[in-house]
Amino acid sequence: MKKLMTGNEAVARGAWEAGVKYASAYPGTPSTEILETIAEYRGDIKAEWGVNEKVAFEAAMGAAIAGARSLAAMKHVGLNVAADPLFSMAYTGTNGGFVVITADEPGQHSSQNEQDNRNYAPFAKVPLFEPGDSQECRDMVKEAFRVSEDYDTPVLVRMTTRTSHSKGIVECGDREEAAIREYRKDAVKYVSVPAHARARRLVVEDRMRRLADYSEASPLNYVEDNGSEVGVIASGTAFFFAKEVFGSTASYLKLGFTNPMPVRRIRDFCGSVKKIYVIEENDPIIETQVRLLGFDCLGKKVFPFCGELTSDIIRKSVFGSCFDALEADPAKIVARPPTLCAGCPHRGFFYELGRRRNVMVSGDIGCYTLGFAEPYNAMDTCVCMGASISAGHGAQQVFDMRKDEKPRRVVSVLGDSTFFHTGINSLLMVGYNRSRTVNVILDNRITGMTGHQQNPGSGYALDGSRTPDLDFEALVRACGISNVRTIDPNDLKLVKETLDWALALDEPSVIITRWPCALKRFSPEDKKEFAGAFQSRYRVDRDLCIGCKACLRSGCPALAFDFAGKKSGIDPDQCVGCGVCAQICPKSAIVRE
Amino acid sequence: MVKSILLVGVGGQGTILAAKLLTTGLMEAGYDVKMSEIHGMSQRGGSVSSQVRYGDEKVHSPVIEVGGADILVSFERMEALRWLRFLKPGGRAIVNDYRINPMPVVSGRAEYPEGILEELKSKADASVVDAAAKASELGNPKVMNVILLGAAIRSMGLGSIDWARIIRENVKPAFVELNLKALEVGLGLV
Ligand SMILES: Cc1ncc(C[n+]2csc(CCOP(=O)(O)OP(=O)(O)O)c2C)c(N)n1
Ligand code: SF4
Ligand code: SF4
Repeated sequence: MKKLMTGNEAVARGAWEAGVKYASAYPGTPSTEILETIAEYRGDIKAEWGVNEKVAFEAAMGAAIAGARSLAAMKHVGLNVAADPLFSMAYTGTNGGFVVITADEPGQHSSQNEQDNRNYAPFAKVPLFEPGDSQECRDMVKEAFRVSEDYDTPVLVRMTTRTSHSKGIVECGDREEAAIREYRKDAVKYVSVPAHARARRLVVEDRMRRLADYSEASPLNYVEDNGSEVGVIASGTAFFFAKEVFGSTASYLKLGFTNPMPVRRIRDFCGSVKKIYVIEENDPIIETQVRLLGFDCLGKKVFPFCGELTSDIIRKSVFGSCFDALEADPAKIVARPPTLCAGCPHRGFFYELGRRRNVMVSGDIGCYTLGFAEPYNAMDTCVCMGASISAGHGAQQVFDMRKDEKPRRVVSVLGDSTFFHTGINSLLMVGYNRSRTVNVILDNRITGMTGHQQNPGSGYALDGSRTPDLDFEALVRACGISNVRTIDPNDLKLVKETLDWALALDEPSVIITRWPCALKRFSPEDKKEFAGAFQSRYRVDRDLCIGCKACLRSGCPALAFDFAGKKSGIDPDQCVGCGVCAQICPKSAIVRE
Repeated sequence: MVKSILLVGVGGQGTILAAKLLTTGLMEAGYDVKMSEIHGMSQRGGSVSSQVRYGDEKVHSPVIEVGGADILVSFERMEALRWLRFLKPGGRAIVNDYRINPMPVVSGRAEYPEGILEELKSKADASVVDAAAKASELGNPKVMNVILLGAAIRSMGLGSIDWARIIRENVKPAFVELNLKALEVGLGLV
C-alpha cells in the first residue's frame, strides 16, 4: 500500500508496523507530530506525553526493559535533557527493542541552537540511523527495532527538519505483532553500580565491534556506481539534495547507518574515485572518518558548516553559482516576524511588564518568548527550557549583593508546559534558597508554541482522557512559596497591581496568569470557566480616536493604523475581543461591539 | 520531467491544506511527489511556504531551489516579492491581491510598500487574482486557498486529474460543497 506521508508520519508508521507497544515524547519542533501520529494507532500502541524529554525517555526505557518494543521522540535539544539515561542505558541494554528519535534542526528554523546530535552516537556508544526521506524513515525505524533487539542496545535515529516535515510516497506494510518479552530480574545488567557497570563497559565495546560488521554488511550503506571519477559520500537528506545537483555525473556512497561507520566500504569507495565530496549537514563527522583513512576530500572546505545543504547551496558550493534568478526590489519587502496572535493571553501581561524599569526579565521558551520583541521589549534572557526561574534566581542573588540604592529586581517568566518541563525544579530551588524573585507562570491552559498539546495542567491526556485538575497554587505552596496569586492577564489594572504587590515583597512570589490560548480548542471545562471568551469584538470609534497610536503598543495584529486618515482601526475578521487595546486607549475610543 | 510549484503566504492562510490536496492529487495521478513545509512557529503571522515537486521520474529533493519554481502562487501580495527569487526566469506567478499587514506595519514602524504588483509584473509573467473577493462571494473568506489552488492547477495544465474527488476525500464533509465551488472559481480565474 502506498501513502503520501511526512517523515514524522512515516516514523510513526514504521513504529506501528514494528509492533511497538509504548511510546512517549515531549513536543518540540520538528519532532512533535511523531507521537501525535502514533497516538492515532489507538489500541495497538499506548502513547503518552512525557512532561519532559528525560521523563519520556525513561518511561519508554522502562517499558522496553519490561519487554515491549518502545519508542521515545524528541527534538535535538531534548536529547540534552535525556542524555543522562541515554548514556547509561547504553550499558544496561534493553529487553524489548528501544528506539530514540532525535529531530535535529540544520538551519534553526525554530530552535535555539543547531547542535548535530549524530555526535551523541559515538559519545554514548549507540548505533545510529540517518533516514533522508519518508520511505527511509519507515524502513529504518523498523530496522532500528531489529538492531536494538539483536544487539541488546538503545538505538538512535536522527531526523532533521526536512526529513520530518517533507512528504514523500511510502510503501507501507502491515503491523507485525512483537510479543511482550519475558521480564527477568537481572541486577548485573540493569543495576548500574560500578561493579556491574565496569563489566557492562566491556559488553558495550564488544557490541560496537559486532555492530561495525553489521554496518559493513548493511544494505542501508550502499554504492551507486555511475562509473564517474567524482564520488559523493552523503547521508540523510543531503544525499537527495546531492542527487539533485550531480545526477548521474557522480558515483555515490549513501550512508544510512553511520555509527559505527562502514570503514571498509568508505575506504573502497574512496579508492575507486579521483575526487571525493563529502556532503553532510552540520558537523564534519563522515569527513573526519574519510580523512582518518588517509583520503583527501572536499567537505567543510567547500560546503557551509551550518544551515541546510539544500541543492541550491550544494550547487553554489561546487559550481560557483545557483540557477539564474529574479531579484525583487528589497525596498518593497517588509520583514514579517512571527507575532503573538490577536487575543493572545500573553499580550496583556507583557504590555504591563514592558513598562517596568529596573527589572531584569529572565525569560524562557514558548510563544511568550516573543515578549522580548517589539513592541514589548520585555525579556532579557532566554537560554533553554526551565532556565527562567533558576537563572533569575541566581541573577537576583547577585543584584542583591551589589548594595545598590535601588537593587534591580528579577521577574522570571515561563509558560505552563515549560513550568512542568523543568521549571518546577527551578522553582524548588527558589523556594529552598529564598531569592526574592517574582516568578510568573503564564498558564494559557495548553502547550501553545508547538501546536497545542495537552500537558499536566490542561486536564487532558494525549488520548483525550480526563486527568486530575492540577492545583497550581497548591503546588507552588508545596515548593515553599506562600506568596501566590492567580490573575486574568487581560485585566491590565490587575496585572499592574499584582506586579506592584510582588515587587514590594522581600520574599519569593509566584504569579499565575490564567487565560486560554486564543487558538485553543475549548474543553467543556474551559467553556464553563472562560464563558464568553473570544466571542466579542472591538472597534475604533473614529470620532473619538485622536491618532495617538497608543493602542499599537499592544502589538495586536488585528490593529492597523490608517496613515492617511490618522486614525487607528481594527480588522473585524481578526479581533477576538480580548479588550487589551481598549484598556490602553487614553480616549476610550476603542469600544466593544 | 520534474516540475516545482511554490505556494507561499502568511501563517493561517491555508497553504498547508492547498498543498495537501495538490500532492494527493498528483500522487493519485501516478506522479512521484515530494513536498516540503516549514511550519515551526505555530503563532500566526509569519511568512510560510509549501514546496511541491512532482514528475514522471523519481523526484529526489523536496525543496525548490533558488530560480527553480515553475510557478509561484502567492496567497498575499508582498509575499510574492519575498519569494520571487525562487521562481524560474520566465516562470509564472499567480498573486492574490490581498494584503496582510506584518507587525512592523501594524505597529506603525514601517509602511506597507506601494507598487508591489507593478514590480512583480515588470519582472515575471504575473497574473493578479482577487481570491478574497471571490471567496467572500462564496460566503467564506477561508476558501481563498482552494480558489488559488484551482488557479495553480489550471496554470500547470493539471486539470485532467479528478480534483473534485480529491476534495471530497480530504475535506471535512460540511465544507466539501463550498470547496468544490471554490475550486471551480479558481479554475476559471486564469
Ligand atoms: C528541551 C526542549 N524541549 C522542547 C522544546 C520545544 N518547545 C519550545 S517552547 C515549547 C512549549 C512551550 O509551551 P508553554 O510553556 O506552555 O508556552 P506557550 O507556547 O503555550 O506560550 C516547547 C515544547 C525546546 N525548545 N526545548
Ligand atoms: S498560539 Fe496561543 S499562546 Fe501562542 S501566540 Fe497564539 S494565542 Fe498566544
Ligand atoms: S480587542 Fe484589541 S487587542 Fe484584543 S484582539 Fe481585538 S484588536 Fe486585538
